[in-house]
Amino acid sequence: MPIVMDADRMARTLTRIAHEIVERNRGMEEVALVGVRTRGVPIARRLAHAISEISGQAMSTGALDITLYRDDLMRHAVGPQPLVRRTEVPFSIDDKRILLVDDVLYTGRTIRAALDALIDFGRPQSIQLVVLVDRGHRELPIKADYVGKNLPTSMRESVQVRLIEIDGRDEVEIREA
Amino acid sequence: MKKDLLGIGDLTDDEIYLILDTAEAMREIGQRPIKKVPTLRGKTVVNLFFEPSTRTRTSFEIAEKRLSADTLNIAVAASSVLKGETLADTAMNIEAMAPDMIVLRHASSGACHLLARICKSRIINAGDGMHEHPTQALLDAFTIREHKNRIAGLKVTVVGDLLHSRVLRSNVLLLTKLGAEVWLSGPPTLVPPGIERMGVRVSTSVDEAVTGADVIMMLRIQQERMQGAFFPSVREYFTVFGMTADRVRRAKPDVIIMHPGPMNRGVEIASDVADGPYSVILEQVANGVAVRMAVLYLLAGGVEEDEAAA
Repeated sequence: MPIVMDADRMARTLTRIAHEIVERNRGMEEVALVGVRTRGVPIARRLAHAISEISGQAMSTGALDITLYRDDLMRHAVGPQPLVRRTEVPFSIDDKRILLVDDVLYTGRTIRAALDALIDFGRPQSIQLVVLVDRGHRELPIKADYVGKNLPTSMRESVQVRLIEIDGRDEVEIREA
Repeated sequence: MKKDLLGIGDLTDDEIYLILDTAEAMREIGQRPIKKVPTLRGKTVVNLFFEPSTRTRTSFEIAEKRLSADTLNIAVAASSVLKGETLADTAMNIEAMAPDMIVLRHASSGACHLLARICKSRIINAGDGMHEHPTQALLDAFTIREHKNRIAGLKVTVVGDLLHSRVLRSNVLLLTKLGAEVWLSGPPTLVPPGIERMGVRVSTSVDEAVTGADVIMMLRIQQERMQGAFFPSVREYFTVFGMTADRVRRAKPDVIIMHPGPMNRGVEIASDVADGPYSVILEQVANGVAVRMAVLYLLAGGVEEDEAAA
């Protein structure tokens, strides 16, 4: 099935997003990145690295596991419970400008859960959303502030983001589910 | 996971590791300013305690509240058991109010199995007689793994009242399953006959049993369950089996000392050992909440196919 983004394209996309973030935030002192597990976490780290290169400012990053906040968790409890992994936000988010990072934006339900999870840690000054791919089909009023690539898809298709840190290579693939 | 958590004996290795790994994630919630997640919103959990318990009941209750479940505590003194109701009738009455889970502590071994058969609610064993106390063994394993990064190959020595201890049974099942070398020591009158068949070594010499140990686990002398003379006096028990700093020196230099509580200082453990640098007794209490959150979360999911069909 088609590869819609290769490693080179992904690197350039993330660099472009890093520049947009620096440009729009004017000063990175109170900005921190929080990635949504699993693949939002390495993307957040890469963006943090790129932003540091541009601004000369060290960036804090965290990892959010949203499993315990999912809205479908107890509704149709037929299978085993999804695996809960660790949430690590090793800094205070109070009054920070938080960049929430995920790989694919689809229904918006993951981001809804992530917003709830994040707000349990404090009261950030603002939350902005960064996604590598926006594939449409939103079910909640959620919109990304920074998008790597808008990808028109049908609901029968699935979008797979692969990252070196987890999957051994960087690419985005669309496949018929 | 199966419908209920009745004992370690029913768990596979994978399920044990799943509970321990989930507990790792749950522990972080207890370190947040807002120690609550919405996961079990709308679920009702009944803590049905037919025996006095502070630590276990409080631990379950905190775990339930951190997961946003609605909790209800029923203690024996306030219940209609005193008016002559049977356990099964009490359970059926609670069941009629449709709770999702029942956490049961009972003085009779097998009480949880009875409830599991007659109730649709998930049953969690919080200690049944002299049989099992699975969440205690799980939190002990969690604590050991945190300090030693493994369980397989460790020498774990358990000292104390082995006969009346459900904590011992659950721990032996779990630790031998995961590959630890388990040694037991206690007065011959308090060693259950045939316990060696569970794959453990028994020695009446504490000094021998603790030599080279990675973990020393002390068990309480359960005087409330003793209807005979099992040893001459508390003072003599302490001299022969009590955990003193001298005895601890025979173990590995990085040994950890555990106790499921409540402790009898000066009976099974010396105060300077209980409060000493090797003691992880209070960590066990803290880890208990995380492990119970993991169990509650995992049991709230679907029942395995073959189990549902049965």
